[in-house]
Amino acid sequence: MAEKTYTAGVKDYRKSYWTPDYVPLDTDLLACFKIVAQAGVPREEAAAAVAAESSTGTWTTVWTDLLTDLDYYKGRAYRIEPVPGDPSAFYAFVAYPIDLFEEGSVVNVLTSLVGNVFGFKALRSLRLEDVRFPIAYVKTCGGPPNGIQVERDRLNKYGRALLGCTIKPKLGLSAKNYGRAVYECLRGGLDFTKDDENINSQPFMRWNHRFEFVMEAVHKAEAETGERKGHYLNVTAPTPEEMYKRAEFAKSLGAPIIMHDYLTGGFTANTGLANWCRNNGMLLHIHRAMHAVLDRNPYHGIHFRVLTKCLRLSGGDHLHSGTVVGKLEGDREATLGWIDIMRESFIPENRNRGIFFDQDWGAMPGVMPVASGGIHVWHMPALVAIFGDDACLQFGGGTLGHPWGNAAGAAANRVALEACVEARNQGRQVEREGKEILTEAAQSSPELKIAMETWKEIKFEFDTVDKLDIMKRTA
Amino acid sequence: MSEIQPYKATERRGETFSYLPQLSPDKITKQIQYLVSQGWNPSIEHTEPEKAFSHYWYMWKLPFFGETSVAKIVAELEACHRANPGHHVRLVGYDNYAQSQGTAFIVYRAGR
Repeated sequence: MAEKTYTAGVKDYRKSYWTPDYVPLDTDLLACFKIVAQAGVPREEAAAAVAAESSTGTWTTVWTDLLTDLDYYKGRAYRIEPVPGDPSAFYAFVAYPIDLFEEGSVVNVLTSLVGNVFGFKALRSLRLEDVRFPIAYVKTCGGPPNGIQVERDRLNKYGRALLGCTIKPKLGLSAKNYGRAVYECLRGGLDFTKDDENINSQPFMRWNHRFEFVMEAVHKAEAETGERKGHYLNVTAPTPEEMYKRAEFAKSLGAPIIMHDYLTGGFTANTGLANWCRNNGMLLHIHRAMHAVLDRNPYHGIHFRVLTKCLRLSGGDHLHSGTVVGKLEGDREATLGWIDIMRESFIPENRNRGIFFDQDWGAMPGVMPVASGGIHVWHMPALVAIFGDDACLQFGGGTLGHPWGNAAGAAANRVALEACVEARNQGRQVEREGKEILTEAAQSSPELKIAMETWKEIKFEFDTVDKLDIMKRTA
Repeated sequence: MSEIQPYKATERRGETFSYLPQLSPDKITKQIQYLVSQGWNPSIEHTEPEKAFSHYWYMWKLPFFGETSVAKIVAELEACHRANPGHHVRLVGYDNYAQSQGTAFIVYRAGR
């Protein structure tokens, strides 16, 4: 036991933290980093440094190292792989023992994995590409308060995707005018409307006024259509106390769903709110403002698939996923990868979708992906093909921008969705036959016909900035 | 079409496919075929229209576990409709793997 002696000074990281013979345990938390090392730093040393700085190590030896069993607690860099199409970068795989992390704390995991190590001078750049959370750790987290199946049962929505709309303009409306916009969307056929993420409680519309008018709109639309409706009341607030106050008020008004911004609000707030939702029978819609700051640069930050896993652990019933086809960034295969991460119970490694590890969620409920951003009726066939039924498709401008107003815009989207689902169920190829399917449906829906004329030419065909590495090899 | 058109007074709807024109018998047959092909168990429910908002409608017999004959499912839908002419009749596809309903849509709409 006492064979080690203390020698002060700086040791090569790789002597302790590069362990190519290590076979990861089922209970280990595994991470894949994309590293560009500074000139002259060997790859093994850079990988070992990342493992050390994100776990037990610091830059110099300290005598207190010898008071514990660092061989048990240390992170281990156990594999290095080239990045396809980029000789400057490589992947480093690191295994962390589960006891390094507090149970049920995404906060604690991130503080280690993406903490100080990202500022480390020996690295030119660092990106956390993927994390395998062991099932033993997953079981310590609360996860989505309800999940897809419970949401469907509560809202009585089966056999199709859900439809939503973010109310615009995103800032400046009074509460009563805002409620009007909500009512028009819901009576026209949408299932949900949504607070824009920027809407919290500004001077032009305080949160409690908004909540009251919006819930009158929701209840009236439900009574008139006979269908269940909701509006994501954004409870994101400056303090947790204020956030819970808003959540309680939403519940008192009979709201079925509230909303939180998990990155700007923070994981501590999010996990607490998810617990509150679980205890209070409330659905939780999660927005992802700030994600592109973290995930868009291919050489720096945290990939969205990791942020997705963190949200599923922290808790949320909806999460924005990107649309593939709309105005916002999102490669198709990569998006399909993180949609699987949201919804499925087991996701196998699949490098073609950027998934580096098998991920087992056990019985943890799934998160419903939300496709939002620059989509309109012409995108519907592709959205049905890409997302299937377990998704919420959100048409903001694509509802409110209809020449006859919100209700007509909502009806156009609903008709388009149902026509695509009906056609898909008949075995038709909805993406290829999209134009015919929509044109047929428009014969009995003047609202859809005018929507198709209005948005005929609008497409968003820019190349993706953050492509999957594997696509660069084949490009 | 360029004139702004007013949106009509809100109509009662019935979830999936209720924004499409009434499905023809042929189209309903295709939807039942899809339900069966997914491995879901067909089940028939009906209700007085004024009670339609409730989650729970009357069950017509029991779910038809393992039934894959589209003709038999159509016959049961017709029988339910004949016995309850003023009711909505909907077809549910129970997905026992997801422990939920894979689909549900109204086949006979009261007053239509």
